[in-house]
Amino acid sequence: MLTIDRATYDAIVAHARRDHPDEACGVVAGAAGSDLPTRFVPMLNAARSPTFYEFDSTDLLALYREMDDRDEEPVVIYHSHTATQAYPSRTDIDLASEPGAHYVLVSTRECGSGAGPVDFRSYRIADEQVSEEEIRVVDSYTDADVAQPATKE
Amino acid sequence: MPIEVRVPTILRTYTGGSKAVETTGATVAEAIDNLEDAHTGIKERLVQDDQVRRFINVYVNDEDIRFSGGLKTELTDGDVVVILPAVAGGSA
Repeated sequence: MLTIDRATYDAIVAHARRDHPDEACGVVAGAAGSDLPTRFVPMLNAARSPTFYEFDSTDLLALYREMDDRDEEPVVIYHSHTATQAYPSRTDIDLASEPGAHYVLVSTRECGSGAGPVDFRSYRIADEQVSEEEIRVVDSYTDADVAQPATKE
Repeated sequence: MPIEVRVPTILRTYTGGSKAVETTGATVAEAIDNLEDAHTGIKERLVQDDQVRRFINVYVNDEDIRFSGGLKTELTDGDVVVILPAVAGGSA
């Protein structure tokens, strides 16, 4: 299960709408081992494409260095699909390289850049296997979330 | 002459879980060959047709080797090589 606070959820959706019809992408970092996404980091889609995303390689190195310095992990890796459903494509599965992350997909095919409905879903992708998981959106993280991180399954 | 190589999570199965390993080599290609000797299987995940795989990034002292000579990029003692898989995907 993915536990995520409302402000971060809204920031991901806003980024997806803003970059529509191109795919938006980014991460939400969190303390290593916490499984709690706390630091929203929108990334530039170096592909600037409606059907593909890729973090710029220089930005990627800076991001991982920063997470290392802060003892963080990419708890959430998100991107949008702008004309298809919020389900991992073959490309998403082949290129997934963080088995510990929650892969969030947002579909803007109905809302576009506007205020309409978005589809927001979360998956684990490891060893070419996709499993969708529940999402719990909270107003803010409680001590219980911090003390007892959601299990990885 | 040791070169430090930082290994991403997904390739740590080849390094017994280590985040960083040491190797030697005058070029990135040599360093990867030497890495392969100690950690069998890792080269295939990094290199295809004598090029760094499209969705693997290799940096020497913070510079992406695609812009500095690819696998022929020269190394000297104390250099730090960082390997990071691309974060990429999309509906296509």
